[in-house]
Amino acid sequence: MNINLTLFAQMIAFAVFVGFCMKFIWPPIVTALAERKAKIAEGLAAAERGHQEKALGEQRALVLIKDAKAAAADIVAQAQKRATEIVEEAKADARSESGRVVAAAQAEIDRETNRAREELRERVATLAVAAAEKILRKEIDIKAHQGLVESFAKQL
Amino acid sequence: MAASETLTSQAYIQHHLTNLTLGVHPEHGFGFAHSSAEAAEMGFWAINVDTMFFSILLGYLFIWFFRRVAEQMTAGVPGTAQNFVEWIVDFVEENVRGSFTAKNPLVGPLALTIFAWVFLMNLMDLIPVDLLPYLFGQLMSVFGADPHHVFLRVVPTTDPNATFGMALVVFGLVLYYSVKMKGIGGFAAELTMQPFGKWGMPANLLLEGISLLSKPLSLALRLFGNMYAGEMIFILIALLYGGSMVLNITGGMLQFVWAVFHILIITLQAFIFMVLTIVYLDMAHQEHH
Repeated sequence: MNINLTLFAQMIAFAVFVGFCMKFIWPPIVTALAERKAKIAEGLAAAERGHQEKALGEQRALVLIKDAKAAAADIVAQAQKRATEIVEEAKADARSESGRVVAAAQAEIDRETNRAREELRERVATLAVAAAEKILRKEIDIKAHQGLVESFAKQL
Repeated sequence: MAASETLTSQAYIQHHLTNLTLGVHPEHGFGFAHSSAEAAEMGFWAINVDTMFFSILLGYLFIWFFRRVAEQMTAGVPGTAQNFVEWIVDFVEENVRGSFTAKNPLVGPLALTIFAWVFLMNLMDLIPVDLLPYLFGQLMSVFGADPHHVFLRVVPTTDPNATFGMALVVFGLVLYYSVKMKGIGGFAAELTMQPFGKWGMPANLLLEGISLLSKPLSLALRLFGNMYAGEMIFILIALLYGGSMVLNITGGMLQFVWAVFHILIITLQAFIFMVLTIVYLDMAHQEHH
């Protein structure tokens, strides 16, 4: 219980222990702790980034799907339109073809009619001439009709 | 009781409170003191071998264990020993960060050393009071010594030399950093110019001087007082043994209860010494007006 040399010996021992601790023990442990802290923070940040990227990717995929659906609908609509057009074209073609056929037939009919009419007219003329000859042979009086024939012939 | 020879309670207590002192006695010359009176007569130039032995052994134990872990330190998955060391270092570092505002690479290791070393030295108190002194006495009697005059105190922190040794080192650091941070003038001004201004200089010096000197005193005496009282109670409980069966059983129970309570005290005292050191050094670093 006396204060003696032990006091100084203890001070020296304490100082030596503190010095050793400061040089060889504290720095590696604290460095490793800080390193681990940084590692964990990094890992957490990476996980957070991954989450965000996943959400972003999902959003992007949704947009892509929507676009693709719209494009498909567009294509189908166009195809339908084209099909209707083709049908319409075919109908129009058919209609014009039939019109032409009808017109050709009509023209043929007209031509035939005209020819028949011409023939008929010729026949009637011939008949009329024949009938007139007969009538003329019976009724003609050169004298009486001389003047008439002559004036007629003059008109020719 | 240690020896089969009859001892008075007083002698038993006296025996337990005497250090193994090595020094030069004015009459008997160089050697170990054979009584506390002889140890006192040796004066300043004597050394308490038991205090030195156990404190250095425990300090070495701390250094060895922590150094071994520090060498294999990894930032990856820690092993069991590393986990334990990290837990302590983290705890100390947190306290330093909480109380110490300036930057100083000394404070962390200092706080860790104080905490671990004081804790280990206090921990010696939980070893049954008679065990090591008895074994040591028996060992020495082999070499022809009288076990009755062989002393051994196993708890270094019950020796004021150990607690004052640490407190004085801390006090020296407080003075050093006070002067380094504030300059001699600044430190002198801190001691003399407040709280009453320059006209109250003597009163200021008295107040600030007392508050400065109380730092090492309170550090050393608090630890010493607590451990000394704790050891004293263990010794008093030990006095119950050797009587009737009832006394033996009572003594056993009391010792267990006191030991459990003492676990709290030894940890708390180590913690308080560490925290106060940090706070005193923080005050030394701060310029307050």
